[in-house]
Order: sequence, then C-alpha cells, then structure tokens
Amino acid sequence: MSGADRMGLDDPDAVFAALVAAHAGLDEASSRRLDAMLVLLLAHAVGDTGRVMAAIAEARRLI
Amino acid sequence: MGFSAPRFAARPSVDDGARHPVIVVGGGLVGLTAALDLAQRGIAVVVLDEDDTVSEGSRAICFAKRTLEIFDRLGLGRRMREKGVQWNTGRVFRGAREVWHFDLLPEPGHANPAFVNLQQYYAEAWLVEACLATGLVDLRWKHRVTLVEPGAEGVRLAVETPFGVVGLVADWLLACDGARSFVRESLALPFTGQVFRDRFLIADVVMRADFPPERWFWFDPPFHPGQSVLLHRQPDDVWRIDFQLGWDADPESERQPERVRARVRTMLDATVGPEAAFELEWVSVYTFRCRRLERFRHGRIFFVGDSAHQVSPFGARGGNGGVQDADNLGWKLALVLQGAAPEALLDSYDAERIPAADENILHSTRATDFITPKTAAARAYRDAALALAGEHAFARGFVNSGRLSRPCVLAGSPLSTDGGASGLAPGTPVPDAPVLRDGVATWLLAELGRDFTVLAFGDPAAAPEGAIVVSATPAPGVLWDHEGLAARRFGAEAGHVVLIRPDQHVAAHFDRFDAAALAEARRRAMAA
Ligand SMILES: Cc1cc2nc3c(=O)[nH]c(=O)nc-3n(C[C@H](O)[C@H](O)[C@H](O)COP(=O)(O)OP(=O)(O)OC[C@H]3O[C@@H](n4cnc5c(N)ncnc54)[C@H](O)[C@@H]3O)c2cc1C
Repeated sequence: MSGADRMGLDDPDAVFAALVAAHAGLDEASSRRLDAMLVLLLAHAVGDTGRVMAAIAEARRLI
Repeated sequence: MGFSAPRFAARPSVDDGARHPVIVVGGGLVGLTAALDLAQRGIAVVVLDEDDTVSEGSRAICFAKRTLEIFDRLGLGRRMREKGVQWNTGRVFRGAREVWHFDLLPEPGHANPAFVNLQQYYAEAWLVEACLATGLVDLRWKHRVTLVEPGAEGVRLAVETPFGVVGLVADWLLACDGARSFVRESLALPFTGQVFRDRFLIADVVMRADFPPERWFWFDPPFHPGQSVLLHRQPDDVWRIDFQLGWDADPESERQPERVRARVRTMLDATVGPEAAFELEWVSVYTFRCRRLERFRHGRIFFVGDSAHQVSPFGARGGNGGVQDADNLGWKLALVLQGAAPEALLDSYDAERIPAADENILHSTRATDFITPKTAAARAYRDAALALAGEHAFARGFVNSGRLSRPCVLAGSPLSTDGGASGLAPGTPVPDAPVLRDGVATWLLAELGRDFTVLAFGDPAAAPEGAIVVSATPAPGVLWDHEGLAARRFGAEAGHVVLIRPDQHVAAHFDRFDAAALAEARRRAMAA
C-alpha cells in the first residue's frame, strides 16, 4: 500500500478534524470503542479482505 | 421421565497377563464410540474405565449433524434424534435487547438436523447398550490404568481393580481417557496451548419454562452485568445455563448451591418471571483451555478425543471432534488388524486429525477471545461489533458467541486422489440427499454401508461393477435421485464416479469411469 503518493479524499483536513471532533467529551473506553466502530464500518466500506489486512499490517509496521 | 444414572457391575478380570488386539482406556463418549465402531467391524475390544457409570452432568450437549450421521451408521442416530431437542435458531442479545438471530437450518433434504441437544450421559448409556449388543466389547468397570509401558511388540498395562491389580498387554492401545489423560502423562508428552483467564459456572437446571428450543446468548445482560450467559434447552425439562464469572471469581464459593440458586433466580425473574420454579441438577465451575498433543499416534498408542486435544466449549467442538477422531481411526485399525491394509495406513490418522483439531482449536479460541477479551483493545472491538450489530447486518459477522461445529474437510490427505472432476473435492464428508430405492424413500448416507463404496452417477449400464448407481431416472436397484439433490451436492454429472471411504469421506472424484484409476485410488486410500 502506498498511501503517501495518492490522496483519495478531496478534503483531508475536514475528515481529520471530524475524526478528532468525534471523540470530544468521551472517556478513554468510549473513545476506544468509537475508533473500533469506525474501523469496522470503514473495513466494511472497503469491502476487500486483502486490502483490510494490508492496512492492518501497514499500521502495525509504522508503530 | 428424567435420567437415572446406571451403575455398571464391576467384575474381576480373570485374564491376568493376557494379550488383546485392542484395548481402549476410558469408556467415555469417545472411547465407547471407538469401541462400538471397531466391534461393528468385527474387532474384539476391551474397554477399561476407572468409573462404573456415565458422564456426571450434561457436559457435551450439542451433537452436530456430522456426529448424528456417524451415530446413524452405528445404529444410534434415530434414538438421539427422537430424544434430543432439535434446534436451528440462535439468538444473540446485548443487554436486554436481541441484536440478531441466526438460522442454522441447512437446506431441506438431509436426514439429520443441524444439531440436537442431548445430555452426554444419554449418549454414553446408549453406547454402552449398543457395545454390549455386539458381543465383541468387553467393558470392564472400576478398572483404572495405573501403568503404561509402550513397546515395539505391544503396550503393557497395569490395571487397578477392586479385586486387585491385573496386567494386560495391548497390540494397539486407544487412549480415550479424557483431558487429564493418564496415558498421556505417563508418556510425559507435552500438551500445549493456552488457558483462558476466566471462569464459567455451568449449571443444569430442571424447570418448566416456555423458552423455545433455541440457543440464547447474552452479552452483558441486566441480570448478570458485565458478563455473558448462555442458555440451552435439553430433554427432560433440563436447561443448561452457563454464567461467565470472570477470572477473579472463587470457584469454591461459586459452586455453592445457595449462590447458584440466587444467580438462576435473578436470571429467571428477568426473563420468564418470578413464578418459574426450578431445581439444580448439576453445577460445575470451569476454566477453559485450548491445547493439543504434538502428535496423536505414538507407535502402538493412539490418542483419541480429549486426551489428544482440548477446546473451550463455545462451538461444541470437543465431543463432536472426538467422535470424528474415532470415526477416522476405526476403519483404519480394523483393516490393519484384518491384514487388509499396511500399518502405514495408521499414520494418516495424524495427517487427517491434527489439522481437524487445529481447525477446532482455532474456532474455539476465537470465540473464547471474543467472549473474554484479553486487552482493552479487544474489548473495544468486541463492544463496537455488538453496538453496530443491531442496525448493521454486516457487523453481525464479527459477533462470535461460538462458531458451531462443522465437519472437517480432510484437505491434503495422503489418502486422497485427485480424480480430475470438478465438484465435491476429495476429503469432503459425503453430503446427504433424499433418494428412492425401488420406490422406497431412503437417504444416500444410509445406503453407503461400512466399507469402501463406489458411487456412479448416470447410466447403470456404464457403471463399474459393484457400484451404487445414482440415477436421474428410476430404474431397478438404483438410487433414484428424484429431487436432483445428490447430483447437485456432489457437483456430479452423468458418468462421474466417486470413491467413498468407510468413514463417508470422498477418497476420489472422477469425471469418468477408468477401472485402473479407480483401483489405484482405492489402493492409495488404504496406504497400500
Ligand atoms: C461444560 C462443558 C460443556 C461441553 N459442551 C459440549 C458440547 O456441547 N458439545 C460437544 O461436542 N462437546 C462439549 N464438551 C466437551 C465434551 O464433554 C468432551 O469433549 C468429551 O467428553 C470428550 O470425550 P472423551 O471420551 O474424550 O473424554 P471423557 O468423556 O472425559 O471420558 C474419559 C473417560 O476415561 C476414563 N478414565 C480416565 N482416566 C482413566 C484411567 N486412568 N483408567 C481408566 N479409565 C480412565 C473416565 O472415567 C472417563 O469415562 C463440553 C465439555 C464441558 C466440560
């Protein structure tokens, strides 16, 4: 996956801000759950096991 | 009528020093199944059990379709279906609300349902009767194996009985002595895997209640907050309730009847109502494990059932997996003992059943990890999946309260031959289908018998000699596939020829009859 050279979203700033804002006022556990829900929803939207697995591996690699 | 546990008479063994072709250590679900299968193949078997009765408590209650098919061949399937509670629906709740339900009902046209619920003690009691009826199973109760000495020529045993110690020698030993296997320990074999840091209270409760015959699983119900609860119906108005307790629970105090009663009362008040009366029949507290032996065959000793592998119960894979082990080994050992196949055939037990055990362990582990999250992240993902599942159908696929036992496909088995046909692959258990033989309704599986079978699809005139012909049109002596289901489930066209093993798995699937290729596939299926 080479995410850096291709930006698929037309307004990344808005998406980034919305992701952060969604956590406003949540405690640690709820915040985690929200992220987990987002991941599951987005994994479903991607709809491709291979791409989801690749994204997991990529995130883990960069940690 | 409830069940009353039989007490089997212990008799002195008067054959000190005797040699037997097959000795089974452990007359539990799996040992008795193995003994019955061997006896029905004409092999005399001695079964040694340290106890003199059947399973205490219900333990394995969900008998899966494949197990019922095996029990059909052994002559007990109908009894299990008639007594057992048939169910197909599973409901998953989060809090007090149902998030979704699933239907396990396979398409129609199978002799057996997806599952029946039946207490393990019934199955064992009937297996004992059936073993005795063969006249070939020598059941010895109150016979505890206390010494195992493996050797190239045989396995020596010391057996403690109420009448003194006897020595016996087995040509082949089947260690069916359960998860705490003494045989395994005496061979000092590592039994490795993982322990789930959680405790579960398992209770058999007798009550009259109007819950439907379904599997109900609650995550975080109001009557048992923060934990899960599983409810299953069994025959005789017995209900099985599993309460997750958490790792910090004290097993001793949790099993006190007063305490269990209070838990059940709280649950019933919240579900059926305060008028529901109940009695406790059996209570136990478990910590679940998933682990296995590295190999299941050690020379003349075979580990079969829980002695070879242990799983957590979510998915009902312990007893069902063990019965499939016995089913896999029985015909092979019988052929070797009868001199019809070389000993090498016995190595395929490992090749076929270790991957099966791994599959069962994988599914049981994933379910247990879902139910008992190990980390904050795992808990967040689990709760996220549950929160989404109510409104988003896709998220239900993530919710794992147990992936219920499915028959294992023996992919990559050394006994299989690639016959070139598309359709049902070698290693697959034969699917059932309704057929008519000379106007009489029967089932494909019921027609297969105990030995190798050749199924030929299409024209009887073109079929190999001795084959069972499955035909789209009625003809004398053939199986008329009047609904076309047999052909469809095999992916078979006219002219296809399928070699089926004695355990009802496909050995080879050819797109046309070739006598030499068929004979070769049969040799390979016997490791000859
Ligand atoms: C709470 C719970 C729920 C379960 N639910 C299910 C389910 O729904 N479906 C399912 O398929 N499985 C289920 N299982 C698993 C199932 O009960 C086991 O997998 C099954 O009993 C294994 O059978 P076995 O014959 O290998 O061992 P066991 O049934 O444990 O039998 C071992 C036998 O060996 C004998 N023995 C032991 N040591 C010696 C010795 N030294 N000498 C002589 N005899 C000896 C014992 O007396 C016993 O009879 C469940 C288990 C538990 C605990």
